[in-house]
Amino acid sequence: MNAIYSIVRRDLLLAMRRLSEVLALLFFFVIVTSLFPLGIGPEPAMLRKIAPGILWVAALLATMLGLQRMFAVDHADGTLEQMALSPTPLVLLVTGKIAAHWLTCGLSLVLLAPVLGIQFDLDRSALGVLMLALLLGTPLLSLIGSIGAALTLGVRGGGVLLSLLVLPLFIPTLIFGAGAVQAQIEGGSPSGHLSLLAALLVLAGFFAPWATTAALRIALE
Amino acid sequence: MLKAEGLTCARGERTLFTNLTFSVSVGEWLHVKGENGIGKTSLLRLLTGLAHPVTGQILWNDQSIQEDPAVFRQDMLFLGHHGAVKEDLSALENLQFAAAIDGIKLADATALQSLKRFGLLGREDLPVRVLSAGQKRRVLLARLATRQAKLWILDEPFTALDVKAVELLNAALAEHLAGAGMAIVTNHQTINIPGGRILQL
Repeated sequence: MNAIYSIVRRDLLLAMRRLSEVLALLFFFVIVTSLFPLGIGPEPAMLRKIAPGILWVAALLATMLGLQRMFAVDHADGTLEQMALSPTPLVLLVTGKIAAHWLTCGLSLVLLAPVLGIQFDLDRSALGVLMLALLLGTPLLSLIGSIGAALTLGVRGGGVLLSLLVLPLFIPTLIFGAGAVQAQIEGGSPSGHLSLLAALLVLAGFFAPWATTAALRIALE
Repeated sequence: MLKAEGLTCARGERTLFTNLTFSVSVGEWLHVKGENGIGKTSLLRLLTGLAHPVTGQILWNDQSIQEDPAVFRQDMLFLGHHGAVKEDLSALENLQFAAAIDGIKLADATALQSLKRFGLLGREDLPVRVLSAGQKRRVLLARLATRQAKLWILDEPFTALDVKAVELLNAALAEHLAGAGMAIVTNHQTINIPGGRILQL
């Protein structure tokens, strides 16, 4: 447990010292979601209709941006090798790294989303559901993404491969996440979608670190 | 005691060495020699458990290292080609985080002592990125003192070190061996430490 805490702290400290990388990702999220209302025009009904999809796709692409660096930096400077040789099980350290990725990337998207949602004329309840859906969905993206990041580690042109590998796996999260907000806007109940997101999160939370660990060991060999 | 029995290593299509058998006991160290590209680093990676041999097995205290890797990793410290230090963290932070990740409690005083020993006192709070190549290497070597491992596996540890640092590392190695340690070192130059055997690949 102490080792997980340490690795989360180390990665957060590193992120703080390289703030530009996190900011670039958030800037991307803000720009993409702001360009749509500007391009489509001030038509509240239309904006409300497209809001969930656009916010979710932008969050998904923003997550993709930083995904490749999740293990690549540690791999390049040799710290990943040291982690694999540490007496602490690698799966715990990997879990810590995924948590740190979510805290720097996912959590900031969750916090920014309601502000950006105002541009799409979403009411308070819809913004609440959007935040909740992102709160369940973004860790899921980090978890699934970590498998792809580990599988493409050390591969030349890994960025493209990573997108091809991971984006299809992101689709269920996108459907349920956007679906929850859509349901709330249309006056239905988002609980079905949210429950499915939570179920996916539990499933991925259990299996993804193991898959990532196995992929990392192959990459290091 | 580390024992390697009938190791065969292949990288891709090329077989690097076959049927390699040797052992290292307490107080001994092994000097792995050979031309560039002959498989020294590959051998060390096999011994750490990062890579797997095509045939043969590696035993630590008569137990295969694949069987109970956690026990072996507790006793072993591998320093490879890479710096294995974070450029944005200071030397002290690097040591502390490395220890915390390994689940070892490291007091600040011990960490500073170790940095002092390798001549980094006064630079412990600088980000490693501003240190010279030799100093970065010294940060890594400071881990030798803080990690308390029985078996050191060092890949070209003398790279980029000045005369003073070479002496420091030699002294650290000799002290480690005298304290019932073991070491496996690759290096192109001769190292003058008693208890050494040469493995020519």
